Amino acid sequence: MDPWTLANAVVSGLLIGLVYGLSALGLSVIFGVIRIVNFAHGEIMVVGMFFALLMFRWLGLDPLLSVPLAAALMFGFGYVLQLIVVSRVSHLPEHMQFLLLAAIAIMIVSALLLVFGPDAKGVQVGYAWDSFAFAELIVDYPKMFAAVAAIVVAALLLAFFKYTATGKAIRACADNRIGAQVVGLNVGRLYALTFGIGAACLGAAGAIILLLFEVHPYLAPGYTLLAFVIVIVGGLGSLFGALVGGILIGVSEALAAVLFQPSMKSAFSFALLILVLLLRPQGLLGKAVR
Amino acid sequence: MTSRKTSAVNRRTLLAGVGASAVAAAVPLRHGLAASKIKVGILLPRSGPQAQVGIDCQRGADVAPEVLGAMGYPEMEYILGDTETKVDVARAQAEKLIDAGAHIIVGAFDSGQTMAAAQVCEQKNIPLVVNIAAVTKLTELGYKWVFRNFPTGPMIVGDAFKNQKTLFAESGATPKSVALLHVNDTFGTSLSGALMALAPKFKMPYKIVEKIPYDPYGRDFSAEVRKVKAAKPEALWAVSRLNDAIAITKELVRQRVELMGILSTGPGWYEDPYLQATGKYGDDVISLVPWVDYKKEMARKMRDAYRKKFPDRSITANQGYTFDAVLIVADAFKRAGSTKNTDLQAALRTTNITNNTTIGKGIRFNEKGQVPYVPCGAVQNRDGKQLVVLPKFAAVAEPIWPMRPWRER
Repeated sequence: MDPWTLANAVVSGLLIGLVYGLSALGLSVIFGVIRIVNFAHGEIMVVGMFFALLMFRWLGLDPLLSVPLAAALMFGFGYVLQLIVVSRVSHLPEHMQFLLLAAIAIMIVSALLLVFGPDAKGVQVGYAWDSFAFAELIVDYPKMFAAVAAIVVAALLLAFFKYTATGKAIRACADNRIGAQVVGLNVGRLYALTFGIGAACLGAAGAIILLLFEVHPYLAPGYTLLAFVIVIVGGLGSLFGALVGGILIGVSEALAAVLFQPSMKSAFSFALLILVLLLRPQGLLGKAVR
Repeated sequence: MTSRKTSAVNRRTLLAGVGASAVAAAVPLRHGLAASKIKVGILLPRSGPQAQVGIDCQRGADVAPEVLGAMGYPEMEYILGDTETKVDVARAQAEKLIDAGAHIIVGAFDSGQTMAAAQVCEQKNIPLVVNIAAVTKLTELGYKWVFRNFPTGPMIVGDAFKNQKTLFAESGATPKSVALLHVNDTFGTSLSGALMALAPKFKMPYKIVEKIPYDPYGRDFSAEVRKVKAAKPEALWAVSRLNDAIAITKELVRQRVELMGILSTGPGWYEDPYLQATGKYGDDVISLVPWVDYKKEMARKMRDAYRKKFPDRSITANQGYTFDAVLIVADAFKRAGSTKNTDLQAALRTTNITNNTTIGKGIRFNEKGQVPYVPCGAVQNRDGKQLVVLPKFAAVAEPIWPMRPWRER
């Protein structure tokens, strides 16, 4: 195998993995704090994609410039969803929570189908078809810009949780909900904020991913599954773990495709998942539960 | 205390027996009544990854009653079924359509889903008129109720080879190496298998240097295209679907993979969303596929009705072959004069339609329920339109080959 082919695969896998990692961050944030597995994960991201598509069509806005708007919109959606719907089932058995979020996912897909139809749609930004070469290494601009945007959003999120009072309060809720209540934190509001932040992550990821792929309403389940694989590999609840998981999955899929067959990509990511579950069930950067 | 003797047959059991007899008698009659209207189950992937093409097929069915009604064909009532792009759902939906009273089923676009529907139709003795499905064994398993006016994988590949030879000879540019990139599902493996098996027989002037199967649910196609690039082929042969075709084209341009041409045997590369998404980069791609022949009167009638109903959507093989499937049903029902399953089956066996919408001499089924030869065309994308460039008898434009380099567009 030509070393440049491998180098190209690694770079491409790294760039796409960062974007996958950002989308998985949303799942990790929500689970890490509220302890609810968001089965509408992919669907919320696809709403972000469609929003960025509309911004492009109506205002000619580059999807990267739509990132803050998509994040804000989905933050509002997530906040309200947690406050009005999800909070009411948080005391119920887990399977009922799953069903609720799966039902929300189906409703989102149906609504998107009603509004946008089943056709794949995309954006044609000026650099959509461009790439630059460094010797035999070819990097395409959309993927590179998407990866940079993913890093910026992820860094902002990590900084929010580390340096702001609200971020610290949310982490306190994640560590010890009763303790947080005892010291007077409004846990209900913080949970709503957390769901909003998780959804904002997905909105941002959706706008970024629109640069790379066409969007259609049925795209979501694939991304939900991918996010689950990433956060389990990286460590459920670990923000940094989600990014690492994304990169690992992106690179392993790219290498599997060039070293073996492209149809083996998914098999490799699932093999990685099984390996992690067997050797380190809490994920690479997750904390073991005793 | 009084006691009452009860007979073995009382009023209630008598009524129940009469009721049951009436229901039992009515069941065979449902398919046996002489009727002025036939119930046609239209089974298609209306949701899931193949929803776009399923809906395109439905559009072909939607214009058929108006066109055929004006030509004196009898009335049809559609019952719609959605396979959700899943084989198991296709099976369940076929059963549901039959339970809902469908006298005949049209469908189901995808090979795997059609195979599932065919098994149900065989069990229930209900005719299945296949609109689109290329898997060879569908009409090789001895099924009595399956009728297909669509080329099998080997037919598509055989015609693709013939049209390629003509294309290379006329343009004077022949690729010496080809990479085959195919979707790894029933359709893709069936077609690529036929292609690999038949290539030596047709003595093609090129060598297939790499065969690359890919995941039908794939998102990022950079690795697939990288593998194509590493093989250094002069041309690419793709067996894809819509979303992958868009993604592959983007990657070919970004990774600067210059080719003599892109040849496709399958959907995706000629469809409206593809042309819209790829713009000038979608031009010059040649799809070697079954297609509509506007030199036929029925095709022009369909086009006129279609433009009124769906002005923003092109007509492709999806609409054409689904229209033809409905035409086959209408023709059989007209000749049978009954909705009885065996009458319809007998009428289907003697189908002889020359005025249909698609390329070829017409529709006559052999003893296996297959139209023995369904020719394919070579359709080239040009300025967002799909133009037939081969075979000559159906061509409306001259082919551009080799295709123009990406950077010169």
